[in-house]
Amino acid sequence: MAIADLLPEVSARFPEITERESLDWLAINVPASILVAVMTYLRDEQGFDLLTDISGVDWDKDTPRFSSVYHLLSTGKHTYLRVVTDCEGDDESPRVPSLVSVWPAANWHEREAFDMFGIRFEGHPDLRRILMWDDYPYFPLRKEFPLAGIETELPDPEVAEETGVGVKAAPMAGGPFVAPQESHMSRREPRARDESWNEGREKPQHQ
Amino acid sequence: MVSANQEFNYNSKIEGEVIVSKASAVVNWIRTHSMWPMPMGLACCAIELMAAGASRFDISRFGMEVMRFSPRQSDVMIVAGTVTYKMAPAVRRIYDQMADPKWVVAMGACASSGGMYRSYAVLQGVDQILPVDVYISGCPPRPEALLDAMMKLQDKVRKEPAVGNLLRT
Repeated sequence: MAIADLLPEVSARFPEITERESLDWLAINVPASILVAVMTYLRDEQGFDLLTDISGVDWDKDTPRFSSVYHLLSTGKHTYLRVVTDCEGDDESPRVPSLVSVWPAANWHEREAFDMFGIRFEGHPDLRRILMWDDYPYFPLRKEFPLAGIETELPDPEVAEETGVGVKAAPMAGGPFVAPQESHMSRREPRARDESWNEGREKPQHQ
Repeated sequence: MVSANQEFNYNSKIEGEVIVSKASAVVNWIRTHSMWPMPMGLACCAIELMAAGASRFDISRFGMEVMRFSPRQSDVMIVAGTVTYKMAPAVRRIYDQMADPKWVVAMGACASSGGMYRSYAVLQGVDQILPVDVYISGCPPRPEALLDAMMKLQDKVRKEPAVGNLLRT
């Protein structure tokens, strides 16, 4: 079966599904309420047996603010399918059903999306942070979080007391180790050109 | 009158099996020539560290080939790679577990200053939590740079007052 036949077949079964604009593979929008049913159907009857990735998107000012993106691969048909689900809940604690019951591979991917975006995957057996430490208070990939970071405590209070070190904002615009940007290109430190907002300059507010 | 004997070397037939020297020089001589590194390999610099240990560069020429993964048996911690805030307390704890005397080498841009990682997750220089003796520039540094740093560290150790440290309680 070609990938072109997939969409009519899937939307005949689940009329809520709509096609999503995509540059490469077929992408579909799935409401969070039927996500697990759709994914089980795609796995069992359409042959999408491998979950390759789960990621989150922060749409900043849009509502709903967060989306969860799933990349499925059919090892039999050699096609990818992208599934996008808008999160339920308010902007501070977005929710989406967990897919660990469908693909065990979802476990760590969902933990990462939770760690970075704060998306709560409901039904996840062990929803902890996976990259940052457990007590970290922020979600670093959200739009309002500055790249340089926000001052907070070290993960180990004993070491923090011994060394007097805390998590500080990284020097983006200045600091002892940042080379000046005006000299010759070979002497400059490579870094992001966009310095419109960093720890020294406020983020411009959207009008 | 100039003596006919121009030989200033140690001559065991004349002086017997005795060498007169400073205790500090002897202790430092021992220390410099058997520095056991604690390879704190955290990122790609650790690959260069392994290259420095392999046959082409051969860190054992300087008596440092005994990479000990146990902090209890090592003298110099080579922090090779990016130290994240999550890892920083572990690095400090391993340093605390090393027996005195101990030294620290910050290998590469990340360990020295955070390198290109100006981000929320990376400690901006391991010298915030450890007393660093030698910094190595480079991203990653060549093995020669590591060897040069270790020889610099040997020079530094030679000048340390070793006996005073020995007698200190």
